Amino acid sequence: MSDEPVISARGLTKRYGDTVAVDGLDLEIGRGEVFGLLGPNGAGKTTTILMLLGLTEPTEGTVRVLGLDPARNPLAIKRRVGYLPDAVGFYEGLTGRENLRYTARLNRMDPDEAEARIDMLVDRVGLADAADRPAGTYSRGMLQRLGIADALVKDPDVLILDEPTAAIDPEGVSEMLDLIRTLATDQGVTQLISSHHLQQVQEVCDRVAIFVSGRIVASGTTHELAVGGAGPERLELRIDGGRDDLVRALEGVPGIDDIRPGRRPGSWEVVVAREHAGEAVRALAAGGIEILELRRASEELDEIYRRYFQEVTTHAG
Amino acid sequence: MPDERMPPGWPIVARKEFTDHLYSGRFVALLAVLSLAGAGAVFAASTGIRSVAPQTVGIPALFLRLFTVSADPVPFALVVFIAFLGPLLGIMFGFDAISGERNQRTLARLVAQPIHRDDVINGKFVGGLGIVTVVFVALTLFVAGIGIFRLGVVPTPAELARLSVWVLAAIVYVGFWLALAMLFSVVVRRSSTSALIGVSIWLGLALFGNLAARLVARLLAPSGPGAALAEARLETLLARISPMTLFSEASSALLDPTVRTTGVVTLAQLDRAIISNLSLVQSLAVVWPQVVTLVAYTVICFGLAYWAFMRQEVRA
Repeated sequence: MSDEPVISARGLTKRYGDTVAVDGLDLEIGRGEVFGLLGPNGAGKTTTILMLLGLTEPTEGTVRVLGLDPARNPLAIKRRVGYLPDAVGFYEGLTGRENLRYTARLNRMDPDEAEARIDMLVDRVGLADAADRPAGTYSRGMLQRLGIADALVKDPDVLILDEPTAAIDPEGVSEMLDLIRTLATDQGVTQLISSHHLQQVQEVCDRVAIFVSGRIVASGTTHELAVGGAGPERLELRIDGGRDDLVRALEGVPGIDDIRPGRRPGSWEVVVAREHAGEAVRALAAGGIEILELRRASEELDEIYRRYFQEVTTHAG
Repeated sequence: MPDERMPPGWPIVARKEFTDHLYSGRFVALLAVLSLAGAGAVFAASTGIRSVAPQTVGIPALFLRLFTVSADPVPFALVVFIAFLGPLLGIMFGFDAISGERNQRTLARLVAQPIHRDDVINGKFVGGLGIVTVVFVALTLFVAGIGIFRLGVVPTPAELARLSVWVLAAIVYVGFWLALAMLFSVVVRRSSTSALIGVSIWLGLALFGNLAARLVARLLAPSGPGAALAEARLETLLARISPMTLFSEASSALLDPTVRTTGVVTLAQLDRAIISNLSLVQSLAVVWPQVVTLVAYTVICFGLAYWAFMRQEVRA
């Protein structure tokens, strides 16, 4: 049972008329894993989440959450899955606490148990002082915190967070990420986090998938993605000298694919086969070139991310 | 593996709706308006009845006259007033049922809880009906209290039975408007637009319904012998499309045991008719079509709202 993925999707597809929102998605998330679904707005992240929760019907493909089919057992799944929707809202006339109480009732929780849990949760998300004010007076960031508490009221086994860091100040973001980490490590809560803020969530995710135009274009641990699998290494460097110096120094090093201007002004990018990267660096030093800065251009995940996003925008434009 | 057994979700939604309505400003405002107007109408009616007290001996169901008689200075009887303002009650408690959830962005959160999607709309309808019931029962008791005080007449069990059935009919009538308003709240995104559509239909029917029926009847009526009668019958028929007419006719028979028909009556038919009082069951039989039609209207409207809501995407 424990080896079985908590969330799995196979060939998941959602079409609205002619437009394809989600296109043959395959996904597996194991117990206690924190999985990041990263992609630009409109990539189909929310649609995917709604299908996982059984809130919208897939056009094709199968979904299993906790081993259950959302189309057949929606209540059993929704009892155990906490969900923070994108741009979450609350009943403005009710206080934060009353809003959470309603959620607890909808989950058929014991009132006393629910009350204790709500107390603990509003404290945990830093809303203890505001909990008895109407939710209509909350700021966007406070609503987001209340949303987290709301998703946790039912003490879920699985947590699905849609853009959890949107509209929160930087301090709030790191608190939120701490909370996500703690939930995963201390309570083994499986989490699916959708975001378009890669930098914010990449550090808490065990695995991420880059999701663009309804398709996963890359997935793996952040490290796997960063090294880009079997592709060549890209060394970005700034040196005291020009391209000719580089060419001269790297002469005789096997696997050099390209020497070209880097992304940043004044920098150069050396594309070299992975196994010869170290050799290339040594050759530069041996060639007497003063290296002012050296970094693996491909190490930055957001660069990959940006590349995919650019592809999308060029296609769209 | 089937869904684990859980108590149904709609009572939880209904309870929340009911409580929300109960503490809402609109509820207080409506109750105030209804109580004032109700008190005014009954006070006037009871004064009117007292002034002709000597002749009232032997009038059947005198107590119920409180509801059906108008007298100076209030130009309408309580039932007319309810037929007119009842729709507002339904519209006010229904116009933002679903659109309000969308505007506050709570719908996705709500349907992600372990309830079925129809629990949302069913619960909201039941909660709305609950609050309408509270309003009507309170209003009727209030009015009856004034009546007992002013007339010194205590209602008989038969009168109470008629009153109860009438309150049920009024709840169904307002239930129709509640369902209609909820239908608009599903279909129209903006709550204000939804409210305006509901109010337009209400005012349109209230002010021009009968006029339209008369005009159309005049246009369509055949000429020749019996034309006047045919026209009158057609007009009655057309007017009965409106739920207001249906409710008014149902009220008239339910609250007055002497009403024997709601249709067109010729003098010849009345000739040598024996004046007698109908029992409640007989009165109900007289307006059975009206009552059934009102129920059908309500069911159809709610059915449409339900269907539209179930087909909608959560995110829109």
